[in-house]
Amino acid sequence: MSLKADFRRNSWLYWMIIPIVIYYVVFMYIPMFGQIIAFQDYRPSRGILGSDWAGLENFIDFFSSPFATRVIKNTIIIALNEIIFGFPAPIILALLLNELTCQTYKRTLQTISYIPHFISLVVMCGIIIDFVSSDGVITTILSYFGFEEQNLLAQSKYFVPIYVISGIWKEIGWGSIIYLASLSGVDQNLYEAAAIDGAGRWQRLLHVTLPALIPIISIQLIMRVGNIMSAGAEKIILLYSPAVYESADTIASYVYRAGIQEQSYSLAAAVGMFNSVINLCLVFFANWFSRKFVEESLW
Amino acid sequence: MKKTRTDYVINFLIGTFLTIICLLFLYPIVHVLAASFSDPMQLMNHRGLLFKPTGFSLDGYEAVMQNKGLWTGYGNTIFYVLAGTFVNMVFTIVAAYVLSRKGWRLKKQITFFIVFTMYFTGGIIPNFLLVKGLGILNSRLALILPNAIATWNLLVLRTGFASVPESLIEAPKIDGANEWQIMWKVVVPVSKASIAVILLFYAVGHWNSWFNAMVYLPSARDLYPLQLYLREILISNADVAAGDNTINYIGELVKYCAIIVSTVPILCIYPFVQKYFVQGVMMGSIKE
Repeated sequence: MSLKADFRRNSWLYWMIIPIVIYYVVFMYIPMFGQIIAFQDYRPSRGILGSDWAGLENFIDFFSSPFATRVIKNTIIIALNEIIFGFPAPIILALLLNELTCQTYKRTLQTISYIPHFISLVVMCGIIIDFVSSDGVITTILSYFGFEEQNLLAQSKYFVPIYVISGIWKEIGWGSIIYLASLSGVDQNLYEAAAIDGAGRWQRLLHVTLPALIPIISIQLIMRVGNIMSAGAEKIILLYSPAVYESADTIASYVYRAGIQEQSYSLAAAVGMFNSVINLCLVFFANWFSRKFVEESLW
Repeated sequence: MKKTRTDYVINFLIGTFLTIICLLFLYPIVHVLAASFSDPMQLMNHRGLLFKPTGFSLDGYEAVMQNKGLWTGYGNTIFYVLAGTFVNMVFTIVAAYVLSRKGWRLKKQITFFIVFTMYFTGGIIPNFLLVKGLGILNSRLALILPNAIATWNLLVLRTGFASVPESLIEAPKIDGANEWQIMWKVVVPVSKASIAVILLFYAVGHWNSWFNAMVYLPSARDLYPLQLYLREILISNADVAAGDNTINYIGELVKYCAIIVSTVPILCIYPFVQKYFVQGVMMGSIKE
């Protein structure tokens, strides 16, 4: 069937999708191409069409500035910590919940564990700031173990642990839903069979439960890897202060400061572009890797 | 399966461990709630865990009630939740419906065109310049239009719509109904559960959102949503009621009260709607 005949036959569908396509063009694709200002000396008064071209100058400016190593290093450190500690946490919670035999108890625990997910980021960061301040509850408890009573968020060395642990607190329960759903789909006969063959509890976990989770773990990991470089700009902006930029300033928070606060649009766009290109490469890499080694992929 | 004694011991240990974890989830909420009803002076001198108010006063809530910003923010947020979610739903339902229909030629291309934006985006600076260029900077539209569709929610809803039996759609078609009518009269009514799911996702998203408002409303303080006023109270340490000296000594208390006042609506509806959220996560995980 020719395209024209198809348009006529499904004209309603096409008329309905046109506004949607326009929305995506205006609010997604125009900004995508708007990144071209990264190669310009963009002046708001002259617009994208009237601004001078600057070649790679903005990129060179960024990479030769002292900020470059700092923000790239911090972004990677935070992302790695989130993957090493934050990623397995919901899987472990799901496996533990799955071992519970009392369903009511299991459901109650689950329901409680989702609550933090719905608390707003602003409120959560407000609570963190209060709890780790010099007279906050966490600081007080830590002081029994020999820590100094001081504002932990003003210390560079504590920023990453605070960031990662609070992230686990907020998302562990919500993240476990998807794994629990997969676990409930595991054929119970497999467990019976394994038990008859003499597999103990631990062996059943290793040889029946975990293999069942591999596909969903792979998919989740791909998505996670793709987001490495965009790690939580919002949360960083809420939690950090100049005192801890040394370990807290990331690419995303730097882009926000340079672009929105200091209005160096071109420089910020260059850094943002560098970031999103790396992200895209990471998704492709993770997807390729996963398809090759665990035969699971996003596309 | 037979249970050995070790099994019971392990079950007991796991149960205990999980109970402790759960108490950790709840503790911050209990702490904030207890602190919000405390006596301001006693609260200032209090160190360590808090399970019930130290002393009792409603001074904090009184100060919160008199805080104009917070109530302006409350009103604005309610507007953004209602108007924003409405726009979200109309756009998302239409997009999800069309993408869920089979047998039109450009389906694959347009799906790719939409899904691609999940992996590659313009980023914050070009988005800001676009909003500015459209002339909606510092207006309510800036918080509604740029996020009219969350692609993830669109895909979840598409999965929901795709599970509607083809026969339900074909029958009215033979009677001469067009796709628009089929969508509203057949597909939407039978997909109430998945629609409820993404409606809740959008609504909670609007309620909790602050970053776009900070970027897109740089000089429109009266349009700030609740979360931005909260940020001033909780994080930027702005004086809650500037010029009033007595306010400082209840400053701590006011923070806790502001948290409670802004979070109560979410926590109140939470028990009733949490099963929909869970459903949404599972629908999102179905891969096609």
